[in-house]
Amino acid sequence: MSETTNSLTMKTYIDFSEVKINNNITLSLADSGQTVEAMRKREKVTSIVSTIILYAVVLFLALLMIFPFYWMIITSLKSKVEIDYIEQTLYPSVIMWSNYVYVFQTFDFLQYMGNTIIVAIFSTIGTLITTIIAAFAFARLQFKGREAIFLIFLMTMMIPGEMMVISNYITVASFGWIGNGQTRVEAYAAMIVPFWISVFYIYLLRQNFKQIPNELYLAAKVDGKSDWSFLWKVMVPLAMPTLISITILKFMGTWNSYVWPNLVTNDVDFRLISNGLRGSAFTDADTGQTSYGYQMAATVLVTVPLFLLFIFFRKYIMRGVGRAGIKG
Amino acid sequence: MQEPMLREQKSLTAVNDFFEERPQFEESFNQESNTIIRLVAPIKENAKPYKVTGIQDTASNNNWKAWLYLGPVLILLVVFLLYPLINTICISFMDNYSQITGHSDGFTLNNFGVIFGITETACGGIEQNFSQYAIPNTFIIVVLTVPISTLIALLISVALNSLKWFKKFLQTVFFLPYVTNAIAIGMVFSVMFDNHGIINTIFHTDTTWIVGADRATAMVPLCIYIVWSSIPFKILVFLSGLQGIDAQYYNAAKIDGASKAKTLWKITVPLMSPQILYIVVTSFIGAFKEYSSIVGLFNGPGTINGSHNMYTIVYYIYDNLATHTSYAAAAAVFLFAVILVFTALQLFVSKKRVYY
Repeated sequence: MSETTNSLTMKTYIDFSEVKINNNITLSLADSGQTVEAMRKREKVTSIVSTIILYAVVLFLALLMIFPFYWMIITSLKSKVEIDYIEQTLYPSVIMWSNYVYVFQTFDFLQYMGNTIIVAIFSTIGTLITTIIAAFAFARLQFKGREAIFLIFLMTMMIPGEMMVISNYITVASFGWIGNGQTRVEAYAAMIVPFWISVFYIYLLRQNFKQIPNELYLAAKVDGKSDWSFLWKVMVPLAMPTLISITILKFMGTWNSYVWPNLVTNDVDFRLISNGLRGSAFTDADTGQTSYGYQMAATVLVTVPLFLLFIFFRKYIMRGVGRAGIKG
Repeated sequence: MQEPMLREQKSLTAVNDFFEERPQFEESFNQESNTIIRLVAPIKENAKPYKVTGIQDTASNNNWKAWLYLGPVLILLVVFLLYPLINTICISFMDNYSQITGHSDGFTLNNFGVIFGITETACGGIEQNFSQYAIPNTFIIVVLTVPISTLIALLISVALNSLKWFKKFLQTVFFLPYVTNAIAIGMVFSVMFDNHGIINTIFHTDTTWIVGADRATAMVPLCIYIVWSSIPFKILVFLSGLQGIDAQYYNAAKIDGASKAKTLWKITVPLMSPQILYIVVTSFIGAFKEYSSIVGLFNGPGTINGSHNMYTIVYYIYDNLATHTSYAAAAAVFLFAVILVFTALQLFVSKKRVYY
């Protein structure tokens, strides 16, 4: 009997009617009224059913995950009457493109987007430059205290950013970048310069640089290249995937940043897209009610560029995040 | 070359365990003789090594150029990371500190007393927002969202990993919430949880979740939103861990007739323990710093105008940063200490529970 169970779990069936090694087992199979074919069939049915259940559950969860996006788009196309209706419907009866037109007229989307892109470009370029040269120094050059300094770098990763924000606010204010009469350039500088250092990206790139074989460096030396041109001609091209990941994550970080721009800018015109979105109330002056249709249309406009970025750079984003684990 | 690298790797293990460095390439550069040695014909027994002499590996020597490379980063590190850290700790002990003039009346412990509601503020009265709202809210968020989201993410990634078709596609779908603007989707959730929103329609309820809700009810959409937004990253990490598990373990379990649930708890979870530890530590830290989800959902620190009942520690810090800098600094130091203690505790517990 134990042999039967064993052979069953291994899913290799022996047709005993043909092999006839063991009469007992043939009998027991015959007694239960099951043939090998029937058992095989049942096995197959079970596996199909469990696969279907698995897919159903996963698909259901996937739908739950993307439901907020669906709801965002649907609400942005609904009329105000329909949004206020007590029984919500899963689709709009009349598609209101006019919501978007209204948002473009009132919500200064292009202004915020322009600010965000400028801040993102300059902070990304600055971060890339400092990250590349620092990672090169840590990965390739030898100097006294290298390990100690690198350890200090790593330890700063454990400190919550909120600790720094307080003093950085004071520091930036002492540079004269915050306060009355803040110019556009000062506002941008306040939003860009403190983010030129990213310890985590230095760590990530250093790991990448370390994998580049030493022989390449020596070969470049034979050819009479300097350290500097070796870095830009050999190491940077080889580390391109990591650099692309860093660029995209940095860009996404700027797109999502809310607190710091809110703190350091006086004028609404200098703020970034998240601030603009949360600041734009679309509230009816008379009733004090928020017009969700307009609000969601603005939300769609903020979310779509991120999705486009994700569609085009999915590989880099997922790899970067998988290794980084730090947003922004 | 070899020795310092080893030392450094040891110091890195905590951060680095999951993304281990590849083994380094073998050095064919002989430092003593300053020579590259390369075997041209390794098969022949009498082959002579091919020698190039007189090549300077300048980078391997202690050189001042390294400091030029590090210069910009070191300046930024000191100005924007190290100095602020020390300065914030100092401010948290300063009496009557004003961030505009930079003036203070000496050092005191009162700031900590004030934020915990023990001592009176400078202008009289008790500051209750921190002890009454910020700390309880933060701890509720941590205790609720971290285990729930970790468990859900673990189950989803195990299910995803066992799929045959559409695996890549579904993986991407589950990753989508990561690539979003936290404020924007928070606003979407507040629409969904509106009085006339879809949630009330589906469940035939009449609950006030967002505007004018009481604190306990408002916690529900908040926690759901936090769980929803924290799942994608966890799935990503868990999936990479699952792909690293040798199929032999599962085959062995199958032969022994182990059930699916038993396989999950006895094989998958222990073998994934490094990833799980990593996720738990990072999401603990993340949950302690919850902020933008509240801004997105409630458009302010409270469910009612003027109320602060949805404060978290970080929200308190940002709200008081310009006006009561010392209180904000004290709260930040408290947050830092809590995070340090929790991280240390988890790493200590993991020594016994994590199988590398």
